[in-house]
Amino acid sequence: MGYVAVQGGVTAIESSQKLNRYLRLRGESAPLSVNQIMDQMGPLVDRVMGEGGLYSPFHAALAIKQASGDPIEAAFLLRAYRATLRRLVDSLPVRTEEMRILRRISSAFKTIPGGQVLGSTSDYEQRILDFSLAEETVETQREAVREFEAGLGDHGEPLSPGHFRKVVDMLRDQGLVPPVPPRSDAPPTDVTQESATFPLDRSGRLQMLARAETGGVLALAYSSMRGYGSIHPTVGELRVGRVRVQIPHPWRKGRAVTLGSAAITEVEIVASFHRSEGEAKPTFSLGYGSCFGHNEVKAISLGVLDRAMRSPTPGAPAEDHEFVLLHTDGVESSGFCSHFKLPHYVTFQADLDRLRTQRGVEE
Amino acid sequence: MTLQELLPRGKGFRYNFAFVDEGVKKEVRRALLKAVALPGHQVPFASPELPIARGWGTGGLQVTMSIIGPNDVLKIIDQGCDGSVNAVNLRKLLVATTGVRTTFDSREATVLQSRHRLPEIPLRADQIAVLQVPLPEPLRLVEPSEVETRRMHSEGDYARMWVSLYEDIVRNGSISLTSGYPCRVNETYIMSPSPLPRWDLPLLHDAEHLTLLGAGREKRVYAVPPHTSVRPLEFDDMPFAVEDFSGMICARCGSSGTFLDEIYDEKSGEPSRVCSDSGFCDLVLQGAIPRRGRRAHG
Repeated sequence: MGYVAVQGGVTAIESSQKLNRYLRLRGESAPLSVNQIMDQMGPLVDRVMGEGGLYSPFHAALAIKQASGDPIEAAFLLRAYRATLRRLVDSLPVRTEEMRILRRISSAFKTIPGGQVLGSTSDYEQRILDFSLAEETVETQREAVREFEAGLGDHGEPLSPGHFRKVVDMLRDQGLVPPVPPRSDAPPTDVTQESATFPLDRSGRLQMLARAETGGVLALAYSSMRGYGSIHPTVGELRVGRVRVQIPHPWRKGRAVTLGSAAITEVEIVASFHRSEGEAKPTFSLGYGSCFGHNEVKAISLGVLDRAMRSPTPGAPAEDHEFVLLHTDGVESSGFCSHFKLPHYVTFQADLDRLRTQRGVEE
Repeated sequence: MTLQELLPRGKGFRYNFAFVDEGVKKEVRRALLKAVALPGHQVPFASPELPIARGWGTGGLQVTMSIIGPNDVLKIIDQGCDGSVNAVNLRKLLVATTGVRTTFDSREATVLQSRHRLPEIPLRADQIAVLQVPLPEPLRLVEPSEVETRRMHSEGDYARMWVSLYEDIVRNGSISLTSGYPCRVNETYIMSPSPLPRWDLPLLHDAEHLTLLGAGREKRVYAVPPHTSVRPLEFDDMPFAVEDFSGMICARCGSSGTFLDEIYDEKSGEPSRVCSDSGFCDLVLQGAIPRRGRRAHG
């Protein structure tokens, strides 16, 4: 065993893991159950599912518990688990126009067909620390639930599909946004099955964005919003709701089997207009973002970045495919960032040797 | 022998032999075959997440997981040392999922996974070196874009690399690149030799053994097959030189002519030198091999 080990490689790792566990448990508060995390930390669970690339609230909540609440670490645990799962079948494209809506807003028009549905949001809450939460008990919890459900009346159901059209389609009818590009029969890129190569097609880009770290995409989208290649975005429509997940029927050709539903956030950004090549008149440009669960900041950022990356005259960082996509994956960036804590004795020795050589210093 | 028999059994064990599933292994092996056929060329692969963080050896790990069999003998080192925490951690994962025998003696290993070093004792034809690579693209130094560097490789357009080395000499008197020094492989592609120190590059050139390099985060594998030329970039009048440890000896085994790490006494702060290759150093101390008295190469 080498001398670093003599200083305690094996024992040190084990002791460090024990310390981790001890620090999580020593407060002696009641153990946090996975159910509690699923129930009471919805946005965190959603974020971890999105960045972890696996739609499973249970596994995401378990990862959050294991990571003591660190979202990047939890997403990493989930991705590593995901990589061990067998890939059974490609699902059919999700039809978001048939989403069962929990929330739907447009910043483009005051009224839209079907209406604006505020749903659950903290957008219009005053961010004042609520000290009563520190006193919450099972009784107060039950009372609040009972009270809310009693006041629901007929409004308890999510709005059904078929109620209204997408805002962007209304604009499309008027020729104000480009027509839907012809659907390609080529299978979409799958960045989990092959390494992304650039230029990456849009399916690959949207996929990488969907798994990207929320803070990372927010920072780059924000740089665009602030003026580094601004695209003047308007939230044409933001929807939160459940979509059906379907796969092709195993033997009945053309039929589909519904596996269940998944909650997603979807955003369509209407951005600065320009005249596309071969078009007589200018139109608005569009950006699209969607991610697992309820994560509006991420979905809007994705919509802005999707549009920014299709800029006809790219120049800003947020418009550069490689810059955006290769630097926003939380598992990759955090892994590489923390790897600098590994020993670099050999490489640093090589640096020292070169510096001393160039300084001409005799040892 | 069936695959089922090869799987390690244990309480709660629910993973495939060598952790990743057979589909992942197949893909990595296909990429490796291509990499061996095109020495120094970076071949993309899917690189799924492992339970080890990106940047901590996931590329090397996937290569090892894809080539290792139940009868292999494994050595894992980090910065030359078997006992380094990251080596311990990777070894734990591979042993738990394969049950293979491990060794600290590089001569016994059939698969040797390493970060930043090759063993001082040159590897044989029946051994495979797997190197963990953080940044596989040598041209990143002069070009940030992947599209552009791939074009440069495919066209053999290395002019900017040469110009940057020339400018380095003009500014600094010699080439400042230290570990991961760019090499021309098989007189074709320029390759980043993991971040091996300059010291190890002669061990890659015309070697008996196969070297496989894996970059997990960047999703690339590449290879140096046996008896392939690996030439550090140099100018006729400005030859490549390895690190200079002349006049220094290892404070443990007394060898000179090995890559020597600089260490400082924890109490007195006095500097001394020890072999970076702890396995080599231990073998000398045990009397299994003679102390090295001169530079092995370079």
